[in-house]
Amino acid sequence: MVNWPLEILKAFALAALMFTFLAIVAAMFGVLLERKIGGWIQSRLGPKHIGPQGLLQTLADTIKLLQKEHITPRAVDAAIFNTAPLIVAVAGLMSWIVIPFGTLGQRVLVVRDLNIGLVFFAGMASMTVIGILAGGWSSNNKYSLLGGLRSASQMVSYELPLGLALVAVAMEAGTLSTVGIVQAQGGWLGSLAFRQFPAFVIFLVAATAEVNRLPFDLPEAESELVAGYFSEYTGMRFALFQLGEYAEMFAMAAMATTLFLGGWKGPFLPPLVWFLIKMYAVVFLFMWVRWTYPRYRLDQLLNLSWKVLLPAGLIWILITGYRITF
Amino acid sequence: MGQLAAFIILSAITLVATVVVVGSGNIVRSALSLVPAFLGITGIYILLQAEFVAGIQVLIYAGAITVLILFVIMLTEHGTGVRFRQVNEQVPLGMIAAGALGAFLIATFLTTPWPMATGSLPPYTASQIGTTFMTNMILVFEVTSLVLLVALIGAIVIARRER
Repeated sequence: MVNWPLEILKAFALAALMFTFLAIVAAMFGVLLERKIGGWIQSRLGPKHIGPQGLLQTLADTIKLLQKEHITPRAVDAAIFNTAPLIVAVAGLMSWIVIPFGTLGQRVLVVRDLNIGLVFFAGMASMTVIGILAGGWSSNNKYSLLGGLRSASQMVSYELPLGLALVAVAMEAGTLSTVGIVQAQGGWLGSLAFRQFPAFVIFLVAATAEVNRLPFDLPEAESELVAGYFSEYTGMRFALFQLGEYAEMFAMAAMATTLFLGGWKGPFLPPLVWFLIKMYAVVFLFMWVRWTYPRYRLDQLLNLSWKVLLPAGLIWILITGYRITF
Repeated sequence: MGQLAAFIILSAITLVATVVVVGSGNIVRSALSLVPAFLGITGIYILLQAEFVAGIQVLIYAGAITVLILFVIMLTEHGTGVRFRQVNEQVPLGMIAAGALGAFLIATFLTTPWPMATGSLPPYTASQIGTTFMTNMILVFEVTSLVLLVALIGAIVIARRER
């Protein structure tokens, strides 16, 4: 029989541990990395003055944001306006529950190895858009509303290719559990990135679109929409949107690592180190793309999803099914 | 004990959220309240150990359907209006109909002998669901996909004609 109080206590402790750790690592370090890499790609220095080589820049920014006043404009729908950043942040962080970080002895370091891990991950990714839409609508600002609408159409379009890529992986590995998928992959050549290369590409493109990053950052296009759905947010609420976005981007990178790059597996180094190396390689890829490509137009964005990625995903599922069956 | 507490909490969340859905004067609030309602039902699915259905519930209902509803509300011209009456003059008639339906459902639930199976569930239900869809339930499955296809084509036809 399940010991309920103990389970609830464990859930709270793990949630606090993971959320704190991820809030610091994913958001703070992610922002710093983004600015440093962006600077490097554009031949600038990036943050340089606070701490050695600007290492403490985001810490200072966070402390600044914590001291800022919460402004709730008079015309907004206050209840929805105040809840929206929480939805985005919590949904972004919840995706991490099914990510296996590595192994410690015989134990796999994962909060919960759900047997529906992939479905859970996709579900959490799709919850973010509700927070974005709610924030965009409740701000009572036409730029915010446009940002929210763009985000909704984009996420609904790109959830399908993302789901198709996940389906192809689940078919190949024969399980929906993330730990099971890592265990189904061999060493370097056995990782699914080779056998499932089209699914890998579809996943990366759709993941970039899901987390609203360039070249798919229409919901928050600075030059057209000021900042899109979070134009009206100040202080820590603004930071929560950023936290959710970075947590989800890191979760997407971690998921790409788990599904396609063999997760924690690798020679010589400890499993956790391998996982971090692979995850940061994917994160670097996301950042590289962001600072290199210009933004898509909305019609190009939707065409790419519905006319290229979706048929490609369906055909790839057909091929995978054929290969597995015969 | 824990299950009972979880059931009561989840039902309370679902019921409060659904009352807001049908009672709120603000149509966007109504649509957003669908999310906690769907999540409460998800929790009940998990209590019933139907975790695959629960995952699909989050993905399709809480994630996609609600977003589509919000999308449609925000695209239509007067949809962003905050004044929205959900009640018309036929309140007594509606109450009678709802009461009759409720009484009928409760009577059915109380008289149906529910099978209390004590066997253990398979540890991995997703593949079982897939197999059932492709063998015993193939007709239902195919008819459902046909209905969805017809709806899809119909939507395209309507969208084309307007242009």
